[in-house]
Amino acid sequence: MSVLSYPFNPSEILRLKRKLKRELLADGSARIKKNIAILGGSTVNDVADVLELFLLKQGIEPTFYLSEYAQYWQDAMFGNESLNLFKPDIVYVHTTVRNLERFFPEIKDSKEDAEKRLDDAKDHFLSMWRKLEETFHRPVIQNNFELPAYRILGNRDTVDYRGRTNFVNRMNSFVSEYAAKHESFFVNDINYVSACFGLDKWHDVNSWCMYKYACALEAIPYLSFNLSNIVKSIFGKNKKALALDLDNTLWGGVVGDDGVEGLEIGSETPTGQAFLEFQQYIKKNKEIGVMLTVCSKNDYNNAIDGLNHPDCALKPEDFLVIKANWEPKGRNVARTAKELNIMSDSIVFVDDNPVERENVRRSLPSAAPDIGTVGDYIRVLDRSGFFEVTTLSEDDLKRNEMYKANALREQEMHSFEDYGEYLKSLDMTAEIAPFAPVYIQRIAQLTNKSNQFNVTTKRYTAEEIAAVSESGEYIDLYGRLCDRFGDNGVVSVVIGKKEGKRLCIGLWIMSCRVLKRDMEYAMLDVLVDSCKKQGIEKIEGLYYPTAKNGMVKNLFGDFGFKKISEDDAGNTVWELDTAGYVNKNRYIKVN
Amino acid sequence: MKDTEIYEKLEEIFEDVFDEKIKLTADTTAEDVEDWDSLTHITLISAVEDEFSVKFSMKEVSTMKNVGEMVDIIRERSK
Repeated sequence: MSVLSYPFNPSEILRLKRKLKRELLADGSARIKKNIAILGGSTVNDVADVLELFLLKQGIEPTFYLSEYAQYWQDAMFGNESLNLFKPDIVYVHTTVRNLERFFPEIKDSKEDAEKRLDDAKDHFLSMWRKLEETFHRPVIQNNFELPAYRILGNRDTVDYRGRTNFVNRMNSFVSEYAAKHESFFVNDINYVSACFGLDKWHDVNSWCMYKYACALEAIPYLSFNLSNIVKSIFGKNKKALALDLDNTLWGGVVGDDGVEGLEIGSETPTGQAFLEFQQYIKKNKEIGVMLTVCSKNDYNNAIDGLNHPDCALKPEDFLVIKANWEPKGRNVARTAKELNIMSDSIVFVDDNPVERENVRRSLPSAAPDIGTVGDYIRVLDRSGFFEVTTLSEDDLKRNEMYKANALREQEMHSFEDYGEYLKSLDMTAEIAPFAPVYIQRIAQLTNKSNQFNVTTKRYTAEEIAAVSESGEYIDLYGRLCDRFGDNGVVSVVIGKKEGKRLCIGLWIMSCRVLKRDMEYAMLDVLVDSCKKQGIEKIEGLYYPTAKNGMVKNLFGDFGFKKISEDDAGNTVWELDTAGYVNKNRYIKVN
Repeated sequence: MKDTEIYEKLEEIFEDVFDEKIKLTADTTAEDVEDWDSLTHITLISAVEDEFSVKFSMKEVSTMKNVGEMVDIIRERSK
């Protein structure tokens, strides 16, 4: 739905929100349901309405709790029955500079008075954040503060302890410091959003005086979109890869026609400079774990020659897949997804040509943003939040390396006649153990990202994973796999609930990058062993079919479980006796 | 702008905002439209302002009694 893609026409979204919601709900796409509590310091209704549209588009169907007008603090500190019954999956605190009004220093204040006021404001928020964490154990998203509408001290406002600008900046540092120390606390950076929108337009007197909206109505789509990106990132709905066109996308000109020497790239010309900056931006995306691929209509050799241009920031080795041929781009993007073992809706297709974008949109669920001209590319991609970072795991930082190693493994595999010999040659070692604190974030991330090798598609937040680990009611295992090409990181997670002498498996997932390596058998061996040590005699496995997890339909069957039942929806229940189980892993040295 | 044109455009706006067709007359008030509450009123006002490139004063927004009064203001401003 292009009306919900950056850049927005805010009036259109607000005017059509009911119709858009109806159409989104009717489009037949699968969505996860989440409860979102919005605790507002001003009117929040349209913020929620528009947030709902963006979340629906991103695969999340929200139900909202909205606090009564400006009751954010009371709700958080003292709770109320409907909020408690609501059981939020996420709590969002929509406060703004308007809520700092009663803390702001007076001009007559001494330095000590002003410091006292700042401390009061910090305490006000800090006590609320602690209470929210203690009550809900769920992710909290908190707005920071936009700059004030006026500066009574002019330019000195940002310097002087009596200045509001100074006060807001210090509050924002405080919010950021708290977030940096708390993994489940996220900042909705309205300071940045309001700057992009324009502070003068943001502080709209009518919207405040008539409706008590803290920002202009037209700013709400930008605010809600920014927020939706955090939410979808927490629930594992980020995109994973870029499929980039070359000619007039990564450089100016057409390499096949103009030759390598005719391309506009590098600081020699203004256009070349703009393309270079875009390439540098893309390279930064790679550093945060975004997988880079090429999707170009070109002869392969021309494409490689272009990327080897001395002024290119991106080189052929920066890309995991290079599709340079004359086939329809939709087909190439689909193949790229397949080669990377990801779903095509995880790919962002970047092409200057609207016809190509349309081709991809028609054939695939991939995003294909309208990127404008080269001066707009960075802004459009950046504001679109496709890869919104809520955590930056070791895994993210190494992702491209890992996939490179995978490509090497693949090559190696073809040199073996016997697959078992190949697996042996990998010298695999695995670390399989109960959840450890250092892996909690990665484990939660994996539960949200795995769609294919996932028997129940149950999602967990980091808090829930920590709770599972601490409760003693579960057997929980993570698996980390290394081989002579490198470390694959944490790639598999199993959670089973102990019920007397039974273990009921609620989650069994594995990253697709280690398929067919015997890792699932290694996990099963350790699981059965743990069960035996704890006196568990039967293990129950569940499989709930989705559009994406067909590959594990018979996982428990392969494991030697017996099928106990199957219902009309295809949900199956399986059972295994732990007595007499024979270890299945042959190729991985464990722990 | 003629009143008929104004009503035509207003009906388009109402259809967008309420996601259903609504027949408007000068006497139509919020009472007559099921979902016309204070919140949709905000959406409605801003959509009307946008469509006709007019700006209602705060006083007008809070005292406007029916569609007829809205049309009067639009006719006046868009002369």
